[in-house]
Amino acid sequence: MAIDFEVTDLGAADHPTVGEPAPAFTRPLVTAEYWEDTALSALEPPVVLVFAPMLGSFPATYIYDELADRAWDDQYDVSVVGCTISTPYDIARFLDAEDYPYPLFSDPANGVAERYGVVHDLDGMAGVSEPRPAVFVIDDDRSIQYAWAATEWPAFPPYDAIADALASR
Amino acid sequence: MTESWLTVYRLQACPYCERVIRVLDELELPYHSRFVEPMHSERNVVKRLTGSRSVPALVDDRNDVILTESENIVNYLRGVYGDGN
Repeated sequence: MAIDFEVTDLGAADHPTVGEPAPAFTRPLVTAEYWEDTALSALEPPVVLVFAPMLGSFPATYIYDELADRAWDDQYDVSVVGCTISTPYDIARFLDAEDYPYPLFSDPANGVAERYGVVHDLDGMAGVSEPRPAVFVIDDDRSIQYAWAATEWPAFPPYDAIADALASR
Repeated sequence: MTESWLTVYRLQACPYCERVIRVLDELELPYHSRFVEPMHSERNVVKRLTGSRSVPALVDDRNDVILTESENIVNYLRGVYGDGN
């Protein structure tokens, strides 16, 4: 029996599109060992920038699991990096506990999501705003090569389409 | 994010770490600022570099020097990069 699955419509995101410059930012970039203010431009391009909900939520778990399984950095020589409103301490514990292979930018004030036009004000969590799930592939010249942002909630990145975009470079 | 040959490993709100940062700022030295976790057992990067898990720790790539203990670090910075050097 099919069960009706109610998803919330988020509407279209107003994010940078293919060919446009990737908005620059600097945030603490957290690895399992330490965090240091790091500019997006300091990462080796191309970069797969993944916005995901806060650590602990099931969409975050699913998204990070999938990214770790796909190991795009091995196959396509890309830098995979996440962006979350979780604090550096949360992220460091997550990376350590899950042995997760990629660093995450910590952005508790959600300013990066704002710059990328993917803000999601959470219903039932007053005052808490986080990114909607979104993925940007940023090219060597710092322009957007591929963009996807969730238009409903929950929603998950189209991993195969992203892999195709990486393979076509 | 600053390009520098100096890296400080620090703990949020640690006065000894802030002391080192104050001297770096006073000497107008650029530095990488890397925060580590409060739990000693989680500070493997510091252990690997310095042999102990205490912070602050300073790495000077230009002179191939690694130091711990804020007093040592401050004296080193003033001696090598202070007035007259």
